[in-house]
Amino acid sequence: MTVLVQATNLHRNFGNVHAVDGVDLNIKSGEIYGLVGSDGAGKTTTMRLLVGALLPTEGEITICGYDLRKQVELARSTIGYLSQRFSMYEDLTILENIRFFAEIRGLSSSEWLPRSMEILEFVGLDKFKDRRAGQLSGGMKQKLGLASALVTRPRLLLLDEPTTGVDPVTRQDFWQLVIKLVSSREGDGVSVIISTPYMDEASRCHRVGFMKKGKIIIEDTPSNLRARLTGRVLELRGNPINILRHVAHEDEDVEDVAAFGDKLHVRVREGKSDLIMQRLPDEIKSAGGVLTELRAIPSTLEDVFIALSESNND
Amino acid sequence: MTEPVISVENLTRRFGDFVAVDHINFEVQAGEIVGYLGPNGSGKTTTIRMLLGLLKPSDGKATVLGYDVFKQSEEIRARVGYMSQKFAIYDDLTTLENLTFYGGVYGINDKARIQHTLELVGLKGHENTLTRDMSTGWRQRLSLGIALVHEPKLLFLDEPTSGVDPTARRAFWDLIYELAEGGVTILVTTHYMDEAEYCERVAVMRDGKLLAMDTPTNLKKSIITGDVWEVYAHPLERGLEILSAMDGVDRVGLAGDHLRVISQRVEKDAMQSLLSEKGISVEKIEKGEPTLEDVFLSLAR
Repeated sequence: MTVLVQATNLHRNFGNVHAVDGVDLNIKSGEIYGLVGSDGAGKTTTMRLLVGALLPTEGEITICGYDLRKQVELARSTIGYLSQRFSMYEDLTILENIRFFAEIRGLSSSEWLPRSMEILEFVGLDKFKDRRAGQLSGGMKQKLGLASALVTRPRLLLLDEPTTGVDPVTRQDFWQLVIKLVSSREGDGVSVIISTPYMDEASRCHRVGFMKKGKIIIEDTPSNLRARLTGRVLELRGNPINILRHVAHEDEDVEDVAAFGDKLHVRVREGKSDLIMQRLPDEIKSAGGVLTELRAIPSTLEDVFIALSESNND
Repeated sequence: MTEPVISVENLTRRFGDFVAVDHINFEVQAGEIVGYLGPNGSGKTTTIRMLLGLLKPSDGKATVLGYDVFKQSEEIRARVGYMSQKFAIYDDLTTLENLTFYGGVYGINDKARIQHTLELVGLKGHENTLTRDMSTGWRQRLSLGIALVHEPKLLFLDEPTSGVDPTARRAFWDLIYELAEGGVTILVTTHYMDEAEYCERVAVMRDGKLLAMDTPTNLKKSIITGDVWEVYAHPLERGLEILSAMDGVDRVGLAGDHLRVISQRVEKDAMQSLLSEKGISVEKIEKGEPTLEDVFLSLAR
């Protein structure tokens, strides 16, 4: 499979701050790659380095075979970018907005018009092409953003926290479009790099890179990442939930306790699950609580994220 | 049983011919954490605005903390806290200055109370930090502090952890659980299922109606009555088309590198053989767990 993005030893400093501190990326065509991490971990800076909006302090980036430093125009012509704060002209219609983005990217009208219609149909906005952007719902605006990023038929689509503030139905639609885009052109297909703080989004990616302090501290498929905590997440139910929570917090082999409504998720030290499953019922009983259910459950990406964020803290 | 903190009976709000909130009924007890979900335009915000006493209901009854939303909206507003994503924190003021300012708005001038609030939200030691220099997670703690400075018994949170990572979200919710343990009732509106999972009960609205209200566990059981299957097949999009058209399949979605199928009666083997028959290579089909997102999507469509 073709490698669409090759970044080697990327660094970007802002004064004394190492916003990106030695990042390597290798992304193949047809891949959806999720960049996750805390606020300030370096996700957005990495994205901006990849679109060529920022120059790296050190390191190389190749996009679709073009060196981003030496062949910046060629490299950029293969990229579609949807930023966190995508701007559109509210007084222009959907079609006029797309035309604007197409023309600044150098497409002639014989190219952009048929292509725009095809893309508007793909994102489901073809019936609204003459509606002003200012009159669109949040979800439609987001689709227009995606359509504008796709008008140049990019091989690489960069999405920087694209679904902040939209409802789950709209997010689901958006993701269906992104996955379709990638899976419909397998082989010579499109790649997507998406940054997100949401683990339900990260779990839809083929591979996920966890960023922390400018570095990708781990990179793998969602299922392999989850497998790192197999057997180490326990679910507890009972009453009162606050007693369960306090007891779990006190146990020395418990690393993390999270209350989720009517249940607790407890992450335990490696190799200690059996021991804890034996002693927790007694501990809870003597504290005056009732345990109704205790079982090991499949871990989630959120569990993994939190475990990783803590482990590298020292 | 003590009196509920929120009690809503046939609450209705019309805007002209449009019924934004349509005869909803529910109760919330002291110390409960309740999530309030729904697509844009479902009537969520209108409901909250009525409960806050900001909008008069057209019909029905509602009491908040024992006060009537029709007649005693000022009593309600003095006793509830409200935290929103869009809440204005003054960027060029410090943490302490922001809290002192908003405390003053509520008539709170007691320095000890302000200090206590700082401690409560874990901002002690950051009194003199300019808020523009703080991360999103820290700003959210400050917004929470501002909502808590007058010691409300009921707290409304509007997408409280939007845009923050799971660690900051977890820390925020630890605080919320402590507040609830101390008897504060919490009502959260959110678009994020990551956040809704933290609530003890979740309500889902659509078209002005309250469709369901229950614990996340019960909602998953009662709304997603079928099985969830994770189908790893190649090519994915053809697989999607075939399974969508398959008899007995309720819903199929693309989930990154696999398909997510919800069905009452289709078995693994039937999907396997249909896909193979149509020339799709099937890597594996695994049983999945229903999520709150599944619940939301099946209710909201």
